[in-house]
Amino acid sequence: MDKTQDKLTRRNFLRTTTRGVCAAGLGALALTAARGKGVSMRRMVWQIDPTKCTACGNCATHCVLTESAVKCAHDFSKCGRCNFCFGYYKSGSSGAKSHAGVEFQLCPTHAFVRKHVVEDSYEYTIDIDKCTGCGICVKGCKEGNGSLFLQVDQDRCMNCNECTIATACPAQAFVRRPADDPYWLQQRPEAKS
Amino acid sequence: MRFLGACILVLLSTTVGASGKEAFKYPPPDLGPDYVAPHTSMPEITHEIPPIVDVAILVIALTLASYVALKKRSRTGTWLLCVASLAYFGFYRQGCVCPIGAIQSVAEAIFNPAAAISLAVIVFFILPLMFTLFFGRTFCAAVCPLGAMQEVVLIRPLRLPKWLTCALGLLPCVYLALAVLFAATGSAYVICRYDPFIALFRLNGPAGMLILGASFLVISMFVGRPYCRFLCPYGLLLGWASKLSWKRVTITPDECIKCRLCENSCPYGAITTPNADTLPDDRKIGAITLVCMLVVAPLAIAASAWIMVRTAPSMAKMHPTVRLAERIVREDAREVSDTTDASQAFRESGRPTKELAAEAAEIRDNVTQGSGWAGAFIGLVIALRLISLATRRTREDYQADRASCVACGRCYEFCPVNPRNRAPQDGGDG
Repeated sequence: MDKTQDKLTRRNFLRTTTRGVCAAGLGALALTAARGKGVSMRRMVWQIDPTKCTACGNCATHCVLTESAVKCAHDFSKCGRCNFCFGYYKSGSSGAKSHAGVEFQLCPTHAFVRKHVVEDSYEYTIDIDKCTGCGICVKGCKEGNGSLFLQVDQDRCMNCNECTIATACPAQAFVRRPADDPYWLQQRPEAKS
Repeated sequence: MRFLGACILVLLSTTVGASGKEAFKYPPPDLGPDYVAPHTSMPEITHEIPPIVDVAILVIALTLASYVALKKRSRTGTWLLCVASLAYFGFYRQGCVCPIGAIQSVAEAIFNPAAAISLAVIVFFILPLMFTLFFGRTFCAAVCPLGAMQEVVLIRPLRLPKWLTCALGLLPCVYLALAVLFAATGSAYVICRYDPFIALFRLNGPAGMLILGASFLVISMFVGRPYCRFLCPYGLLLGWASKLSWKRVTITPDECIKCRLCENSCPYGAITTPNADTLPDDRKIGAITLVCMLVVAPLAIAASAWIMVRTAPSMAKMHPTVRLAERIVREDAREVSDTTDASQAFRESGRPTKELAAEAAEIRDNVTQGSGWAGAFIGLVIALRLISLATRRTREDYQADRASCVACGRCYEFCPVNPRNRAPQDGGDG
């Protein structure tokens, strides 16, 4: 053993030095990664930019969850409370509107609840548990005020490092947001003022 | 929260009402003072574990793994911790974010400062590497859920021929280079896309991912840790860190008596046998081989860089913007008559085609440049591997190979030398 002892020491010295250099290098790497504007103390979560979303329908089919984490949401401040809602009725079913049954509803899972408010005004709410995130209603509402939009339900989202819907999104509408401010509606400039 | 939501809604309605009533095709009607609009659904995250807790658990797991593997020298302990990690990081936390995937997030954050990244992800990337620098690959042994998954299903390990493990062992560096390239250019997170077990952890996922996971699981029954050894890009980094580690796994707690009992105990082929007694090859031939390898090294780097740069145009297609720009060019040239969702979305957005083309051109440039570096990196790793094959280092006894040992502790149980539970020696000759 004595014979190799010197050699061992030399090699160990080199190893220790290199280890120190590597540890410092890793630290530098971490600092470089942490220098950017996008770094947050919070977890980052996925969200859809409704201004880019085209309601193509991929959200319903491309999530890793069987029941997609993307759900339809309703911005009531924009809703025209239409009697003949573009998001509620199939187009062309206008003749039968007054007594419309499920056969005239656009939503494939009948997740909409239509409630009369006053005169010709109706309120539309969405049963989140029924909604599949297919975006058919959102597409319909684009003909109207565009008050319906798709959003990632943060309580369902698995927060994958690479979102499979984001990779399938034709409009590149998926963005990462800090977990304490995950919803688009809260973030709009009007809301902040 | 409800109050806040109501305030926001009121603010929204007033500002919108004041600024642009005509902006709406169907102006929101006046529903009277008694009407209260429902809240827009914004479900809060109820299952969130704060990042600090995640990091704390990772530190505890790494410390425990290092303690059990190196100090206690306990295979049972490592196994139990392994199962616990599989249950927590795998099936409970369901895999994201893991240090392997964090490579990409960190790479993207380094090359694109605007990329959104959580500090916890950077910590997840750095911590296991730091621990490995000091204690060897104890992260692989009992913390990584992917490693744990393969560890627990291994029933009958087959001994792979050396040339095969050597050749397959080069795959991780290719995978790492490509993963960093795609992440740095913002194209894709390939490691996550082809994660073998995430779909199994979630018991859910696209068919492709489930099939991938199942086939990896079947292979793992007969080949020790196929993902860790032949694909995992993080394992490659950990292997390098482990070469420098302060403490390491020693098969025997004391002096090796060369009883050969441990020889076949490692399912991962990480035990190196003594070669002091075997006759060395002719020195002259060895020297010539080494010189040849040293000459080949720069050629290998250049060749690999050239190949990567040549394939860069097709690799750039991983980026959705490049794909879209190419599609738009083809549509404008009437090469295709139909449209895609993406091209439609682009045309509806009213963005000028020139702007898109410029953006795509920039991404293509980045990919070309990056693939040159990635190619050089792959070439360098291959060259170093060749050089190390051409050199001979005298080994006196049975040792765990620094880079490939994942500290699972199987060999401990085969060593007849007592006393057990002795502290590991300082890293000796590797």
